[in-house]
Parts: sequence; C-alpha cells; structure tokens
Amino acid sequence: MKILVCISNVPDTTSKINFTGDGKSFDKNGVQFVINPWDEYALTRAIELKEAKGGTVTVLNVGEADTEANIRKALAIGADDAIRVNAFPKDAMFVAQQIAAIAKENSYDLILMGKESIDFNGSQVHGMVGELLGIPVIFPAFKLDMIDDTTARLEREIEGGKEVLEVKLPFVASAQQPMSEPRIPNMRGIMTARTKPLKVVEPTGEGAQTEYASFSKPEKKSGVRMIDAENAGELISLLRNEAKVL
Amino acid sequence: MSVLVLVEGFNGEIKKSSLEAASYGSQVANALGTEATAIAIGEVQESALAALGAQGITKVLFDDDARLHNFVAEAYLKVIAQAASQESAKVIIFSNTNIGAALGSRLAVRLNGSLATNVTALPVISGDSFTVRRGVFSGKAFADVNLTGDVKIVAVKKNSIDISSDAGGTASVEKFSVGLSDADFAFAPKETVMQETDGGVLLPEAEIVVSGGRGLKGPENWHLVEDLAKALGAATACSKPVSDQDWRPHHEHVGQTGITISPNLYIAIGISGAIQHLAGVNSSKVIVVINKDPEAPFFKAADYGIVGDAFEIVPKLIEAARAL
Ligand SMILES: Cc1cc2nc3c(=O)[nH]c(=O)nc-3n(C[C@H](O)[C@H](O)[C@H](O)COP(=O)(O)OP(=O)(O)OC[C@H]3O[C@@H](n4cnc5c(N)ncnc54)[C@H](O)[C@@H]3O)c2cc1C
Ligand SMILES: Cc1cc2nc3c(=O)[nH]c(=O)nc-3n(C[C@H](O)[C@H](O)[C@H](O)COP(=O)(O)OP(=O)(O)OC[C@H]3O[C@@H](n4cnc5c(N)ncnc54)[C@H](O)[C@@H]3O)c2cc1C
Repeated sequence: MKILVCISNVPDTTSKINFTGDGKSFDKNGVQFVINPWDEYALTRAIELKEAKGGTVTVLNVGEADTEANIRKALAIGADDAIRVNAFPKDAMFVAQQIAAIAKENSYDLILMGKESIDFNGSQVHGMVGELLGIPVIFPAFKLDMIDDTTARLEREIEGGKEVLEVKLPFVASAQQPMSEPRIPNMRGIMTARTKPLKVVEPTGEGAQTEYASFSKPEKKSGVRMIDAENAGELISLLRNEAKVL
Repeated sequence: MSVLVLVEGFNGEIKKSSLEAASYGSQVANALGTEATAIAIGEVQESALAALGAQGITKVLFDDDARLHNFVAEAYLKVIAQAASQESAKVIIFSNTNIGAALGSRLAVRLNGSLATNVTALPVISGDSFTVRRGVFSGKAFADVNLTGDVKIVAVKKNSIDISSDAGGTASVEKFSVGLSDADFAFAPKETVMQETDGGVLLPEAEIVVSGGRGLKGPENWHLVEDLAKALGAATACSKPVSDQDWRPHHEHVGQTGITISPNLYIAIGISGAIQHLAGVNSSKVIVVINKDPEAPFFKAADYGIVGDAFEIVPKLIEAARAL
C-alpha cells in the first residue's frame, strides 16, 4: 500500500503567540515548531498499516526550508521518504493544490492528514484535496482498519455519536485521537532518517483565495473573583445574577 | 445575488448552531441589501422551518429526502451546490460543525470560492472587501481575513453569534429536490451509534458544561459532576488523563487533542488548567474553577474561583443549583 501523510509545521501548543508590531504577521522569535499533533496520529497509523501489510509511507509538507527539521523527525518516526513543496503555505487552498498535484503524479492508495492544523485551525485542507482529486474524504476519523486490500473500515465522529463506514481505496482521511499512539523517534530511527530521501519540488498554481490582513489577541480577563469555600453556594447566585449565565 | 444559509435538523428541531448561522446570514444579507434563503436538510419539521422568519430568513428550501437524515457529504454537496446556483448565492453560511467544515472546504473548490472557518464575528464589508474575524492558534489569537473569491463561504463558530428572534414574520417553505441517485449515497455509513446522553445534553451543543479532572480521584466519584450537570441542565466533559484512564468516554475529552467547546459557562472541577486543556475551552464566556491548590494555573484563566476540596464544595453547589 502506498500511503501519503501530509504534515504541517506548527508552533508547539505551549508557545506564547506574538505578532510583529503592526499585527500583520506571526512572530516566529523564540517559538518551537513541532509536527502538528493531529498529524502524528495520521503518521503513526500509516506506519502501523505499513508494518502490517507492507508498502511505503511518504510524508509531504508545503513549507519553506525551516520545516525540514520536522520532516526529518517524521522520517525518524518511520516514514520512508519525504517531499517538501518549497513555498510559504499562504492559505489552505494553495496548500491543497500542492498536495493534489503531488498525489496526481504518484497515485497513492491512501492520503492521511490531521483533523486540523493547530495554528490556523482551518479544518479545510482535507476536504479541498478530496474534492480536487474527486475521491471521498472521511473527516474526522478516529479509527481506521483495512478489511482487505481494497477496502477500509473507518469510524468517524459525528455530533452526538459515531458512524461506521466502509470505503474503497483511494480516499482521504483526517485523523483524530485515538487513531493511534504517537511514537517517539528512537536512536536508530534518527540515524537512518538522515539518509532517507527528501525531495524538494517547486509549487504549482496560484491557490490563494484569502488574504490575512491582521492578527489580534483576545481581551484579557478582568481577573478572577474568588469565593470562599465555606459559602460555595453563593457561586450559583453570582452566576445567575451577576454573570447571567444560569 | 443572495445569501444562502445551511440549516441542519436534528430530531425534528433545528440545531441551535443553525439558528446562529441563520441570524448571521440574515445580517449579512441586510448589509448587502439582499435576502437570506435557507437550505434545510435533515430531520426537521416544516413548522420549525417557517419559524426561521424570526431569524430574518425569508425563504426556506427544504429537501425532505429521508436518505439525508444521515450526513453523506456527496449528497449534501449536490443539494447545496444546486441551491446556491438556483439562488445565485454569493455568500454561503454554515455553522462550524463537523458537517459544516466537511462541506465548506469541498464547496470552496467546487464553486471556486473563498472559505473562512471558525469565524467569530460578522463581516466588515466595504466596497469589494469582505473581511471576517476568525479564531486562530487554538483560541490564543484572532485573524482578520479578507475573502477575495467571487463566492464567499463562512463557517461560523458555535456560540459566538447571538440568535436574533425579532427579525420578522414567517419564512415561506418550498420543497426542493435535486433527484439524488443511489450513487450519491455510496458512502453512506454502515452503522450509526448515538451516545447515551441519559436525557442530558450533547457536549458540542451545550450552553453549560461541567467538567472533571484527575482531582476527582476516580470514576466512582463522577456522580458529583453528573448531579451538578443535571441540576444546571449542563453537559459533562473531562480532561485527557481522565478519558485515557477510561474513567470517562473519549468523546467527553476536551482540549487540544479532544474537542473544542465554547459554552456560556464552563465549570472545571479538579482540573489543573494545563495549556493543552485550555486550548479546548478558553473561548467559553464564563469560566469557573474549583481546585484545592490556590496556585493551579487554571485560576489565571477563570472568572470565578473557589479554592478548596471538591468533595466538600460540589455538594454545596448541587444543593444551591437544585434550589434555583
Ligand atoms: C509563520 C507561519 C505563518 C503562516 N501564515 C499563514 C497565513 O497567513 N495564512 C494561512 O492560511 N496560512 C498560513 N500559514 C500556513 C498554515 O500553517 C497552513 O499550512 C495552511 O494555512 C493551512 O491551514 P489550515 O488551518 O487551513 O489547515 P487545516 O485544514 O486545519 O489542516 C488539516 C491538515 O492538512 C494538512 N496540512 C495543512 N497544512 C499543511 C502544509 N503546509 N503542508 C502539508 N500538509 C498540510 C495537515 O495534515 C493538517 O492536519 C502560516 C504558517 C506559518 C508557519
Ligand atoms: C501533546 C499533548 C496534548 C494534550 N492534550 C490534552 C487535551 O486535549 N486535554 C487535556 O485535558 N489535557 C491534554 N494534555 C495533558 C495536559 O498537559 C495535562 O496533563 C492534563 O490536562 C491534566 O489533567 P488534569 O488537570 O485532570 O490532572 P492534573 O494536572 O493532575 O490536575 C489535577 C488537579 O486537581 C486538583 N485537585 C486534587 N485533588 C483535589 C480535590 N480534592 N479538590 C479539588 N481539586 C483537587 C489538583 O490541585 C490539580 O490541580 C495534553 C498533553 C500533551 C503533551
């Protein structure tokens, strides 16, 4: 089975988020970048499927050269090779067009992504890629097993429950917890990752249908109002009469 | 030119998130000097659809094909794309549910439009620019995005728009059918399993959420969370370690790796307030934290706090809530 896993390069959740003076762009200073956590679920599930059934796992990132540290990390976790589309990922449509172009060239059996990129929280790329390729998209999937060589069984979260689906390859699935247990690269993985192929290709198409004008931060809370544990019941009347949420 | 709103039904009623989308859509229509039409799919009564007039919807297109009671992306897309073309829709509004996100992205490609998800405010429209504010960096920031495409698709974040209720009379309801074939349902689910809500409230739609963490010591103590939730008409949630240890089901887990919620009121009991937890709840309107450790980081994100032992405090809250 030929599997493509798309990974985005995002600030670690614990990072403080800052913007440059005029609020026009994200300030990368002092920010640690990681593989998008949801994409790690997709990556490890892809590696598990390969271990069980044979095949290859290719990781793909649309990004500038500084994302290569995390691409190497994905190789160290167990992907076989990698592709980087050498471009700033200016919006979801642009990213989706790059992924679709690579997928058309290489005809993968399965394209796995994360449910959402934790930086721009778009939840868009998977749907766009599926539509561009004319194949189904299962979003968000928390379980993925192969029934036989051509059909997968997936479980997807819906509001208030779950659905079980059987879908023929190829398709796009976007992963969420607990699809797999993300792995930490071991020493051997890190050593071999250095020599695994990482191909850099130039972007195609225009894509962008959105322009990010500026960023801002939410207003700070005015401070916490403490209530004495002895009079805990008072909280309920404050919530009703002061906060007006009951 | 018009504004088209997707309205989702559930058990005969219109989802609250769809009422928000309708309110959003009719305000956009007003700003553009046009009208808002709804396309209604799913299990919903016609009388409920006519009442969308209160949110400012003038006309409802209703596809009552029973096969659409389950979400099947391909079939839904066909219906919505057809409605958009019939109404010459230039703006399409979804709620940012799993369904809205799944449809919005595919529709953006199909209609060659611009999409913004996770939108928290009405657009600023001036000349050709149509700028929406959306949540980014898991609630830590907002981005203002100009949608430059011909068709603009907006998925509105739950609980960020007030539902208008006095916009006008009743909406006209028209049957709408695009002649779906079996092939459109090829990817219908084999099986749908709904959660036991115990007559309670579904977490993603809830206005009040009571949530428990490792501070509650074990699943045998969850009656505290459940009883308080019942007394307040709330849904229940939990932190990640709680669901990892199977004290609670996975679908209750909120945070960076769980679901993101934005209720009016979030009550956190015995949860330390790790940044990954906050990522799922920090856009709640009012946050209450109950923790025995006065240094717990959650207090920094809270509006109301009580320092003390949950096993003593929560019973008092249940008593006060029952007396409301
Ligand atoms: C410093 C910085 C600034 C940025 N500024 C912008 C900006 O202004 N506007 C903007 O739209 N984007 C910007 N990006 C790009 C952003 O990180 C995303 O790659 C892209 O916008 C898609 O975001 P999304 O939230 O829609 O992704 P989602 O649709 O939420 O992502 C879903 C899945 O798609 C895949 N995916 C997403 N992005 C990529 C990628 N780049 N390569 C490979 N797979 C991917 C992953 O599997 C991910 O889990 C910026 C990135 C950085 C690092
Ligand atoms: C990549 C990654 C993703 C993650 N994603 C998530 C996520 O999505 N959601 C999530 O929740 N976590 C997530 N985590 C875990 C997160 O970092 C915390 O470990 C977790 O949220 C802690 O859960 P907790 O607050 O229940 O437990 P603890 O941190 O152990 O806190 C328990 C709290 O209870 C208090 N307490 C103890 N006894 C009592 C008592 N009798 N009365 C009152 N208070 C009491 C303690 O003072 C303490 O503050 C993630 C971590 C990583 C690394």
